[in-house]
Amino acid sequence: MARSAVGVIFTNIQDKNIPELSSHRTMASIPFAGRYRLIDFALSNLVNAGITTVGIVTKNNYQSLIDHLGSGKDWDLARKDGGIILLPPYSNETDAPYKNRLEALMGITGFLRHRKEDYVALYDGDGVSRLDIDDVLRFHEQSHADITMVYHEADSVESHYYITVDPDNSGRITSLQINPKLKTGDKVNLYINVMVVHRNYLMDIIQNAVQSGLNSFGRDILAKNVQSMRIFGYKFDGYYAGITSLPRYFRYSMEMLDKDVRHELFGARDIYTKVRDSAPSKYIEGASVKNSLVSDGCVIEGTVENSILFRGVNVGKGSVVRNCVLMQETVVGASCRLNCVITDKNVVIRDRRQLSGCEELPYFVAKGKML
Amino acid sequence: MQRKKECVAMLLAGGQGSRLYALTNNIAKPAVAFGAKYRIIDFPLSNCINSGIDTVGVLTQYEPLELNEYIGNGQPWDLDRSFGGVHILSPYQAKKKSSWYEGTANAIYQNMSFMKKYNPDYILILSGDHIYKMNYAKMLNAHIATGAACTIAAIEVPMSEASRFGILNVNKDGSIYQFEEKPKAPKSNLASMGIYIFSADKLYKYLEEDDKKEGSSKDFGKDVLPAMLDAGEKMFSYRFEGYWKDVGTISALWESNMDLLGVDPQFDVGDTSWKIHSRNPLAPPEYISDSAEVDNSMVALGCEIFGTVRNSVLSSNVTVEEGAVVEDSVIMSDTVIKRNATVCYSIVDENVTVQQGAAVGEHRSDAKGITVLGRNITVAANAKVESGKIVDKNVGEE
Repeated sequence: MARSAVGVIFTNIQDKNIPELSSHRTMASIPFAGRYRLIDFALSNLVNAGITTVGIVTKNNYQSLIDHLGSGKDWDLARKDGGIILLPPYSNETDAPYKNRLEALMGITGFLRHRKEDYVALYDGDGVSRLDIDDVLRFHEQSHADITMVYHEADSVESHYYITVDPDNSGRITSLQINPKLKTGDKVNLYINVMVVHRNYLMDIIQNAVQSGLNSFGRDILAKNVQSMRIFGYKFDGYYAGITSLPRYFRYSMEMLDKDVRHELFGARDIYTKVRDSAPSKYIEGASVKNSLVSDGCVIEGTVENSILFRGVNVGKGSVVRNCVLMQETVVGASCRLNCVITDKNVVIRDRRQLSGCEELPYFVAKGKML
Repeated sequence: MQRKKECVAMLLAGGQGSRLYALTNNIAKPAVAFGAKYRIIDFPLSNCINSGIDTVGVLTQYEPLELNEYIGNGQPWDLDRSFGGVHILSPYQAKKKSSWYEGTANAIYQNMSFMKKYNPDYILILSGDHIYKMNYAKMLNAHIATGAACTIAAIEVPMSEASRFGILNVNKDGSIYQFEEKPKAPKSNLASMGIYIFSADKLYKYLEEDDKKEGSSKDFGKDVLPAMLDAGEKMFSYRFEGYWKDVGTISALWESNMDLLGVDPQFDVGDTSWKIHSRNPLAPPEYISDSAEVDNSMVALGCEIFGTVRNSVLSSNVTVEEGAVVEDSVIMSDTVIKRNATVCYSIVDENVTVQQGAAVGEHRSDAKGITVLGRNITVAANAKVESGKIVDKNVGEE
């Protein structure tokens, strides 16, 4: 345990990218891959790096997130010292809750000041990967970096706000761009919203920003000081899914059906999530399931192909579900036809309904709807 | 005021389960896997917490390591409590003497101080080898209403099987006038389920008397219950209707697993009004591939199915490779069935590898019996395990 770090997860900061799924919940609590929420990947990566304290920065719509996290025991984060520490917005009658990352950081200086760990791993809960945070910390130390930004090579970007970086041979980033215009087909080094920084250094940055009245972490701090600060880029070559829009969500969901992707993400079996004590799934006589991920508590009587079924989904007799993502407790009646459909939680599709979308524009059914 | 619990449950989990053969070589019977994600002990533990009983002593003796680890601090069953909760009670060395548990009654007797610590009015005695859902609170209410010293849960069994059970002969009001342990010529088919509620002071009294009695086998069914009846204590039966299965034999364990299948199963573990809690596997959803066929089966998280699975129950992280067939079988966690291997009418324990082209068991219609593979073994490529065989060592050359 040479390197000690705390994690900080910004759960709302990327909400704008996917309003369909984040209108009732934080970005970080968007369900993914049958039985997880996006935050599970961030939390598990932090926990698997030996980090036992994670601050969860929230702003709004965080009821489902709190319900998911509970005491933190499912991530081994129910601790006397540290564990999961919820950091709801700090505001009073006159101040509105934070508007940007810098204000969010200002709001958690108390948390940062009271910890003893050397480093802080700042994480936006918007990506799915199996990132070795300990290796990022090792890189950070070896490079004598002030800030290490994790990036991967992307050929397109679909986000409201993004940063591309240009590291030199040593890994040092000497220039970075915010929301640059990209030509199709260009490869870019896209920052994947994971950063490591020394805790004291981070507190200094925040302190200075408050005194100078700055308001953007990206523009006023990173971009402005890219020459004077030692900012390094850690290249992540593994599987990365940045959930930046509904079509992307759909595409990345379908990538979970790829054996290599699945084995990379879950192979060592230590992506933790909330336990719900559902019964194992049942495949009824006459059911046909092909190329699909099925979570626990499902009862399948119909046909399911190329789909992701979350916990407790029912597919009735004679129904055909193709290329769909059906979230928790979705009930598909009898003799339905579903193609390229995403249902949010607790959706009911009545008998004989036919719904169809396409890969670029999946048909979305909002939480709790009955069709 | 002294803190107290109205009812404390004592769960007898020390049984060797010798009729499960290879499945209990290294683990106690209550730790045997059941129903794709459960272990037998999940059922009485879940019944307890669902019935509002939050203090449970688990008496272990035979191969307790895995069972102890599984129960842990009791958190999966909500039985991690600052006062009460689940406690493992192993035989211990006392100042005056030390002894193993000699019989069911002796096991409880040796843990008298555990029970007394909670100052309970009632003691519920359970065993760890049955699959059932039961609201013990209702039974406790009946016990309180009749004012009995002891209430015994009872279920009607087919007359032809009655001689395998402890049989209760009862009056119209349900009071017991005779208790016969495995009678050759049973007078009734009302069988004891091995679930007793005692008024605490009566239990203490008769356990103490039984301990002093020479020649007693220190067993509830054989000694304590008959002694209470002889002494004229008020004893009542409590009729239970519903699914209840002793899974102490290979065939019963197999059948009970099969009872979970179908839209309207004989025994429903998916009933959310009476959840069966368990330690959950850390695994992604199961993956059913393009080449797979899964029919009338139950499959747990983490499985990867490329072959054919019919009428079977698969625990977590089982792999069935392409061309492999699993039929009428119970497969426990982490087992791998390789390409073109077949497993028919079998129970395969955890972490077994059935290599390519191997054949385990035979079609149910042709089989001599259920084939059993014990844990951590390998069946070599193209090797054959005959139907009805019980195997706990590697098969064939590797």
